[in-house]
Formats: sequence, C-alpha cells, structure tokens
Amino acid sequence: MADNHYDYSEGFGARAAVSLADPMLRKSIATAVDIQARNRINALTSLADAEALRELGSQIRASAIARLDEHLERLAENWEAAGGTVFFAADAAEAGAYIVGVAEKAGATTVVKSKSMASEEIGLNTVLGEAGIEAVETDLGEYIVQQDGGHPSHIVAPAIHKSKEDVAGILSAVAGEELPLDTLELMKFARGVLREKFLTAEVGVSGVNHAVAESGAICIVTNEGNARMCTSMPPVHVAIMGMERVVGTWDELAVILSLLARSATGQKLTQYTSLINGPKRAGEIDGPTESHLVILDNGRSNILGTRYQAALHCIRCGACLNVCPVYRQLGGHAYDPVYSGPIGAVLNPLIKGTAEAGELAHASTLCGACYEACPVKIPLHDLLLRLRQDYAEEGAGRLEHAAYSAWSHAWATPGRFKAFGRVGGLLGRATGGKSLGRLPLPPLSRWTRGRTLPGFPRATFRDKRAR
Amino acid sequence: MSLKVILFPTCLADLLFPDAASAAERVLERAGCEVQWREGAVCCGQPAWNSGHVEEARRVARGTLEALQDGEAPVVLCSGSCTGMMHEYWPELFEGTAVQEAATSVAGRVRELSSFVAGELGGGGLDDASVAPTAVCYHDSCHMMRGLGVGAAPHDLLGRIDGIEERALESPERCCGFGGTFSLRYPELSAAMADEKVDDIAATGATTLVASDLGCLMQICGRAEARGVRLEGRYIAEVLDEATTPKGTAGG
Repeated sequence: MADNHYDYSEGFGARAAVSLADPMLRKSIATAVDIQARNRINALTSLADAEALRELGSQIRASAIARLDEHLERLAENWEAAGGTVFFAADAAEAGAYIVGVAEKAGATTVVKSKSMASEEIGLNTVLGEAGIEAVETDLGEYIVQQDGGHPSHIVAPAIHKSKEDVAGILSAVAGEELPLDTLELMKFARGVLREKFLTAEVGVSGVNHAVAESGAICIVTNEGNARMCTSMPPVHVAIMGMERVVGTWDELAVILSLLARSATGQKLTQYTSLINGPKRAGEIDGPTESHLVILDNGRSNILGTRYQAALHCIRCGACLNVCPVYRQLGGHAYDPVYSGPIGAVLNPLIKGTAEAGELAHASTLCGACYEACPVKIPLHDLLLRLRQDYAEEGAGRLEHAAYSAWSHAWATPGRFKAFGRVGGLLGRATGGKSLGRLPLPPLSRWTRGRTLPGFPRATFRDKRAR
Repeated sequence: MSLKVILFPTCLADLLFPDAASAAERVLERAGCEVQWREGAVCCGQPAWNSGHVEEARRVARGTLEALQDGEAPVVLCSGSCTGMMHEYWPELFEGTAVQEAATSVAGRVRELSSFVAGELGGGGLDDASVAPTAVCYHDSCHMMRGLGVGAAPHDLLGRIDGIEERALESPERCCGFGGTFSLRYPELSAAMADEKVDDIAATGATTLVASDLGCLMQICGRAEARGVRLEGRYIAEVLDEATTPKGTAGG
C-alpha cells in the first residue's frame, strides 16, 4: 500500500486503523524491528559493562543540553573559523528559505541529500521542489521511499515498512522496465541512478548525527557511504542539524558513537564515520568550496528548562521504535510523517503543540520498554505521562472530562463504589456469572467486539467480606 | 508472632474478580499472616492518573489513602501495576497537599502479593505445595516487571509448586496491549497487540495463563476467548491457594 493513505487531520486511532488493515505492512515491520532489537541486544551484551556506558551516555547528553547555549556558540565560532558559514534558523520556514537561497546562488538544478530527519522536519524536498530544484535522496531506503512519494517510517530505517516485492515494484516503475526480484540487482540499479546524481549535483545536503563544540566538526554516520559523497563531491555542502545535536568534546562523541551504532543497528561502529570540519582548505583537491551549517530551533528552545528537557537528549538511534509494542503493529506513519515511535510521540506534541499532536501521548501502553532500550536513559514513558496531563488540560474533549469526572465521583467513596458493585452483583446473579457478551455503549462496545468480557460475579469482594 | 498485613484487593479484583482476592487472603493467612481489610480502600487512582487527569486521580486515591494511612503494617495488593502506581507516583500525586507525608509513607509500605510471599514471607507455606500436573505460561506485566522491578518472584513461586510446569514464552518482555484506558481508547490496536501474546502462549501448548495483574489476564484471556483459543486465566494467588490447600479437604 502506498504511504499516502494516512490522513493527519484525523485522530491517531483512525491512522492506526489504516496500518492495522495492512497485514503485509505489519509483517514487514515486525520482522524488521525484531532483527534490529536482537542485534542491539547482542551488540550491547558483548560489552563488559553496557549499563555503565549507558549511564555515561546519559550524563554526557544531559550535560550537553544543560550547557547548550555555550556549546552552540563554540561550535559556530569554530565552524566559521574553519571557513564555514553558520545559520541559526528559528523555524522550518527560515531553514528552508536559507537552503533554497544557498542552492539558487549556486545555480543548482539538482541537490543530492544524505539522510536527515531535520530536513524531513522542515519539509526540505518540497521547498526545493517549489523553487524548481530537484532534491534526490541518496540513502537507499530514503531513495526508495522518495520514489514512492512517501515519507520515512523509521528514524534509522526509512523503508522498514517496505517488503522486497514493494521495493522491486517501486524501482521498476522508476526504471521503466521490470527489475528482477533480487536485492543486489535492485541495489545496483539504484546505485547507477544515484552515481549520476552525485556527479552532477551542484549542492549536497546532509544531516548531522552530532557536532563537537570544541572542534567545530560535525559527525555523520552511514553504512552506504552516501553522506561522504554528498558532503565532498558537490561544490557546496549544507549540513542541517537540530540545535540539540551537539556534544562538548571528542571524548564525549566517542561514547555517543559507540552507543549510537550498537543501539541503532547492533554494530560496533557504522561502515562510514565522517568527520567534517568546513570546506576544503587552500591546496586541497577534494571537498566543497562552501560549507553551510544550519542549526534548527523549530520549537526546541521551548523545551529547554521544562520537565520535558530530557527529550532533547535523544541521539536518534531508533531503539525505542524497535522495542515498542505499538510501533511494531503500526509502523511509523500512523504517528507522524517524520518522527514516530515513542520518541516521536514525545517530540511531536512538544514541537507542534498539544492541540495539533497531543493525542500522540496516548499512543503507548506506558509499558516502559522504550526507556529500558534508550541508550541515554530518556524516561520516555514518564514524559508521555506528563504530556497526557497537558493533553487532559488542553486537548481532551468535553466528553472525556465528563467521563473521568463521573468515574472519579463514583470511585471516590466506598458507598458509591459498593452501590456500583451491587449493580454488578445483580447482573452476575441474573446471568449466572456468564459474560454479558457485547456491551452496547461506546467505548465498551468496541472493547467487547474484540474480547470476551468476564462475567460479573454474584458478589464483590467487599460484599463477601462484609458478610 | 503472626504478621499483620492489610490486603488491598484493588478495585478490579474487588468488583470483577473477588475469588482472586479471596485466594490472596487465604494464601496470606496460611503463611501465618493476620489479614486485615479496609473498607475505605477502593482504588489507587491509576486509570485517571495514566490518562493525565490528575485531579480525578487524586479524588479517587484520597479515600484509599485515608483508609490505609494508619499503622505500619505492609499493604499487600493483588496487582503489580497498582502497587507500582502507589509506590512510584503517590508521593507526587499528593505533593503539596496536607496528606503528602501520609502518601509517601503508604508508598513505602505497599507490596505486590507474589513478591511479598516470595520475599517477606520467605515463600511461606509452599514447602509441600502441589497441584495436579499442569503446564502453564506466566505473563510478566510491564508495570510490575519494569516499573516495580519485580521479575523473578512469581516465577520462583511457581517453580516451588509440585506439578506446575512453566513453559517459557518467546517474547515474555512484550506488552499484552492492555495499558488500562489504552485498551478503551484504541481497542482494535490493543486487541492486535493481545493477539501476539495469545499466539505466543498458544505456541507453547499450555492452556493456562498465570499472571499477577488481573487487567492483563482480562485482556489476554478475553481476546483468546473471542478468537476461540482455549486459555484459562489464573491470578497467581489462585494457583498458590490451590497448591497450599490441605489435600483431602475441599479445594480451592
């Protein structure tokens, strides 16, 4: 199924229904996340003390965010000292306009992109397209998704929702001929197309996994080498990063990288780790002549100093998606076109506001698997709980308030609770303790459509005890 | 010499599963406890708390707190999830109110039943425990396992009962999709999650599921029944009760 069946003006339940009705999608997701989750555990258990590393990672990210202003200032100074340009973008529109401006100045008709969630967040491909500039995703998963007219459904594995058959269909449409159902052949085809784009693009756009304040370098990790091509072949390089993606020192980066690769894909390190420090210097042969660093706020500074600050510690490994029992049923698109899974359920309400995205805080059973998997110990389940408090205040409808209010009054005193139990007892005796079957009123009617409700007992515990 | 404990069945057991609460009471008594009960203790407030409705949660929990606050006896609950709610969140729920101190004190006294029996009671009364040979699966509830940090206790208890063969699940760590009000908000999604658990259990060949949270049991077994999969849900205390009932008398 193509990805554009999700209507983001509808509630999460309606979007979940789209995924639930797609057994192929659910199978692809479940298979893939299980592999990723298993790889992660294997990679971590091979460490002498994975928990100590996790604790260290947590401290590094917490301290980096606590000193964010200082780190960003230093990062910008060092990047500029190396000959680069820094642009602080307050929001998506500013960031998009700046990058379009850079591309237009470079006379670009084609921009090659390596994977960047921040670029998804600002809708960069759309903005470039509107300016008549073709943006080409070069991460294989992103390329597949882009050719399908869709969005990534996972922070790390954008095409995780696509089966091999899906991919063959999508790429065959691009090729204008039927490509064989063979992973290597399909990859070869994409590589051929992309090679041409790398050689002709005037601008390369990349994301940033982490920037290092003390050196003004950015770090990008990939397994395909495409980021290295994007950042070194075109004459102009634009890197875009969320403002929280910075650490203080090289030593800190080393810890984060070892957690990132293990948590994301179960690798000790990714195939490529690129460290980039501005444009090519005088006398150097390779590298861009212009290096731009776009540092994106887009709602992040509003999170600073709040009870949600830990959300900014995220290193975008996707481990919380891979272990989430809700994500494995639905994939990413049911949450949001950009950030999905537990971290997406936290970030979207914070970035977009409770009114627009607050319901996502309920897209979780609060099972805590996300927190357990998080390499920097973000208490995601706890943040979701707090966000539900915001949603109850600002987003929940009158009906929900009335229901909880009525319930709380019934349960607040033993007398009323007992009366409720007596009604249950009457029903229990009338039905001989059998299940009532389907209940007529929503939401219970929907609950009982999929489950058999236990019968009411003839007497509650308190009634038995009182005898 | 008998240890005084307060049994708080929780609203779910009280209302829908009174036999489970009675079984817990007998198990505690057989292990030498003097079991008390407080009429005013109804509910911990978790349904509202987990939905973000703090004031409503406090309104419900307040009466329960007042009923439980006196004395120092352990408060034993028939739910890992509700124990977690009180232990982890009650001090915050009542923060800034006149009863904050009392809430913190009760939060320190609550115990989940199986961990209390395995821990404080030293597995009391299970020395000659036995049942007719039965294969069972045990479902670890997320709030008990991750929130409360109780993982081994119920498995240990089952392991001490002659006749119980516990069969391991492929994915014991995966949530059953209940999530309290989550299952009301998104019932179809929640049922899809339950399906995986039902399949996991069915694959072991066991037709009995034991758990320490009745909400999860209601979710998993209710789903199994709707699908026509044979699965009997048993609260952990019901198994312990049966296993420790003196043989030859009316069983449990």
